[in-house]
Amino acid sequence: MTDTKRPTRAKGTVKQSTESAELLREFYEQMVLIREFELRAGEMYARAKIGGYCHLNLGEEATVVGLTAALRPTDYLYTTYRDHGYALARGMDPGAVMAELFGKETGVVGGRGGSMHMFDLAKRMMGGYGIVGGQIPPATGAAFAIQYRSKAGKDSEAVMCMLGDGTTNIGAFHESLNLAGLWNLPIVYVIMNNRLGMGTSVEHASAEPDLYKRGSAYRIEGVRVNGDDPIEVRDAALAALETARVKRRPSIVEAMSYRLKGHSVVDPARYRSKEDVELAQENDPVPAFRAKMLKQKVLDEKAVDAIHAKVDAIVDKAVEFADSSPDPSVSELFERIYATPVPNMPHSYPGDPVVVLS
Amino acid sequence: MTEMTYRQALNETLRAELKRDDNVYLIGEEIGVFEGSYKITAGLLKEFGPRRVVDTPIAEEGFTGVAIGSAMLGLRPVIEIMTINFSLIAIDQIVNHAAKMRAMFGGEVSVPIVIRTPGGGGQQLAATHSQNLEVWYAHIPGLKVVAPSNPADAKALLTAAIRDDDPVLFLENLGLYNLKGDVPEGEHVGEIGRAAVVRQGTDLTVISYSRGVVTSLEVAEQFASRGVSIEVVDLRSLRPLDRETFCASVRKTSRAVIFEDDLLSYGIGAEIAATLGEGVFDWLDAPVRRVAAAEVPLPYAKPLELAAMPDADALTKVINETLAASAFKPGSTGGVTNG
Ligand SMILES: Cc1ncc(C[n+]2csc(CCOP(=O)(O)OP(=O)(O)O)c2C)c(N)n1
Ligand SMILES: [Mg+2]
Repeated sequence: MTDTKRPTRAKGTVKQSTESAELLREFYEQMVLIREFELRAGEMYARAKIGGYCHLNLGEEATVVGLTAALRPTDYLYTTYRDHGYALARGMDPGAVMAELFGKETGVVGGRGGSMHMFDLAKRMMGGYGIVGGQIPPATGAAFAIQYRSKAGKDSEAVMCMLGDGTTNIGAFHESLNLAGLWNLPIVYVIMNNRLGMGTSVEHASAEPDLYKRGSAYRIEGVRVNGDDPIEVRDAALAALETARVKRRPSIVEAMSYRLKGHSVVDPARYRSKEDVELAQENDPVPAFRAKMLKQKVLDEKAVDAIHAKVDAIVDKAVEFADSSPDPSVSELFERIYATPVPNMPHSYPGDPVVVLS
Repeated sequence: MTEMTYRQALNETLRAELKRDDNVYLIGEEIGVFEGSYKITAGLLKEFGPRRVVDTPIAEEGFTGVAIGSAMLGLRPVIEIMTINFSLIAIDQIVNHAAKMRAMFGGEVSVPIVIRTPGGGGQQLAATHSQNLEVWYAHIPGLKVVAPSNPADAKALLTAAIRDDDPVLFLENLGLYNLKGDVPEGEHVGEIGRAAVVRQGTDLTVISYSRGVVTSLEVAEQFASRGVSIEVVDLRSLRPLDRETFCASVRKTSRAVIFEDDLLSYGIGAEIAATLGEGVFDWLDAPVRRVAAAEVPLPYAKPLELAAMPDADALTKVINETLAASAFKPGSTGGVTNG
C-alpha cells in the first residue's frame, strides 16, 4: 500500500519495462484511439450531432487502457457516465459507440441511452450509469451472482466497478463496500481520482481525501497508483482481480490522474486555477507515454505516425458510419421496455385517447 | 416592474432572502464555487460567504437530512437538488421525515425547508435525467409543492416558500430558466395554494403548470386567430391544489384539456380530471382530455424523445378533438347545455 499524499507521474525515473514491445504499442494505440475519439466527440457535440450530456475520458486514457487490459473477456465491467473510453477499450465497435452518441438505431443500445449509457452484454460491458453511485450496488450484485453460482479459483469471473473521486461520498458506495466486505464478494472498486467532481476538489468533498483508505472501515484493502501510467494501473488491477478470483475478497484501487477538460463538453471549467490546468496538461498521459516509448525505442516517429494515421481512419469511419445511420423508428417507442408482455401495456402517444371501447 | 429571466428572478430572490434573514442559508452540490449547475446561485458565495452558501459533497440523502435537522432548530435552509431525478436519493428524508415530523410529533416542531429542483425532459438527457417526479411529492400530506411558470411567480412563490414554516418542494424546469418576463420590484410575496387564470377565454379551458403553461399560452394564441377563445389556468401550486379555480373556469367554458409534462397514468392530470368529473360534471360539453407524456423511460434519440413528450401539436390536436366532440362552432358560447 503506497501512502503518498500527492503521487505524481514518476518523472525521469523511466523504468525499463519488461512488457513486450507489441503490448506497449497496443497500449499506445488504444490511448490514442480514446483521445482522438473523445476529441472528435467534442467536435460533433459542437456541431449538434450529439446532444444531452457528454462526459469525456480526456486525461484518463492511461487508466482506461490499463484497467481494461487487466480484465478478461469473462469479467464484468460497470462504469460511470464517463464511459466512451471503456466501451472502446472493451472492444466495442467505434462506429457503434459513435452512432450511440448520434442517437442512431445502429448505436450500441439503439440510440436509447446516449453518451452516459454504453452497454454490451456480449462484451460484459455492463453499462455506463448517469446517477452518481448508481452503478455501485448493481456491480456489487454482479459479484454476488458470481459468488452464488461459482467456486473461487484462478479461473473465477470477477467484477470491476468504476467510480469517480466525488462518488466516494454517496451512501450507495459505503453500503456496497460493507456488503462486499461482509459477504466476501469478488469485486474491484476502482476510484478514478481525477481530483474533481464537477467543480469540487477531493479535499473539499471527502473527510478522508486518501480515497484508497475509504474501505478501511470495512476491512477492504486499498492501493493508490499513478493513473497516468497504464502499466502500473494494469498491474494493480491484475493483483486486485486475482484477490477477487482466488480469495473472493473485494478491494479498492485508486488511480490518480487529472481531468484534462471540463466536467462535460459544455463546461468551460472557469473555476479551475491556471496552475491546476497547467498541472493537468503537464501530466497528460498520452504525450507522456509516447515520449517514454520513443525513449525506450519501443516506438519511433514513423511508428507513431502510423498509429495516428490508423486511428484517424478509424475515427473518421466511425463518424461516417454514425452520420449515415438511420434514426430509430418512432413506431418502436414502446418496444424493448418490458421483457414479458402482458395485456394492457402502455402504447399511447401524447394526446391519444386513453380508452376507446369496442 | 423589471424585465428579467426566470433564472435572474430566482437568483435575486435568494439574494434578497439571504439579506433579510440570517437563518436563511443555501445548501447543495456545486452551488458555490461552481455557481450552480444551472447558475441559479451565481455570485451568492462571493457575496455571502461559505457560512450562508454551503457546497456539499455528492450526498443527497445526507445533506437533505442535515438541512431538515437544522430546520428543526429554527434555521431555514434552501436546498438545491441538482435535478429532481437525484431527489430520489433524498426521498426518505423528504417523505418519511420532513413531511411527517410536525404531525407525528404533535405539532411541536416544524420543518421550514425549501427544496429547489428542476424537472422535465427535452434536453436529450435520457431516461434517468429527464423525469417529472413532482407528482410523487404532490401525493404526500405534510409537503407543499409549487411549480411557477414565469419569472414573476418564481419570485413570489420562492419568497413565500422560504418564509413558509413547512417543507416546500419548489419545482423548476430547465426549459424555463431563460424565459423572460416582468417582475415586480421590492417585496412580492405570493400565496402558496392558489392557481391563476393566466388567459381569459370562453370556449375551452387548458389547465397546466410549470413549463406546460408556456406552451398552453402559445397554443391559445394560435386558436384565438381562428376565433376560438381559450382560457388558460396555471395551477402554480400542486399541493395544496386549488380545485375551485379550475372548476370555476371549466364551469364557464364547459370544455377542459389538461396539458402536463408528467406521465399519463396516475399523474397530476388524473387528479384534475377526477376533480372536474366530480365538480363540474353537469357543465361539461365534452369529455375531459389529458395531454401527457408517453409512458416510457425517455429515450435519448431526438426523434424518440420528441415522440414521447407532449408538445404544442399534441395539445392542438386534442383541443380540436374536444371542440369537435361538442360540435363547437367559433363564435358560439360555451356552457349552454345543462346548466
Ligand atoms: C445522485 C446524483 N447527484 C448528482 C449528480 C450530478 N453529477 C453528475 S457527475 C457529478 C460529479 C461526479 O464526480 P466524480 O465522482 O469525481 O466523477 P467524474 O465526473 O470526475 O468522473 C455530479 C455531481 C448525479 N448525476 N447523480
Ligand atoms: Mg472526479
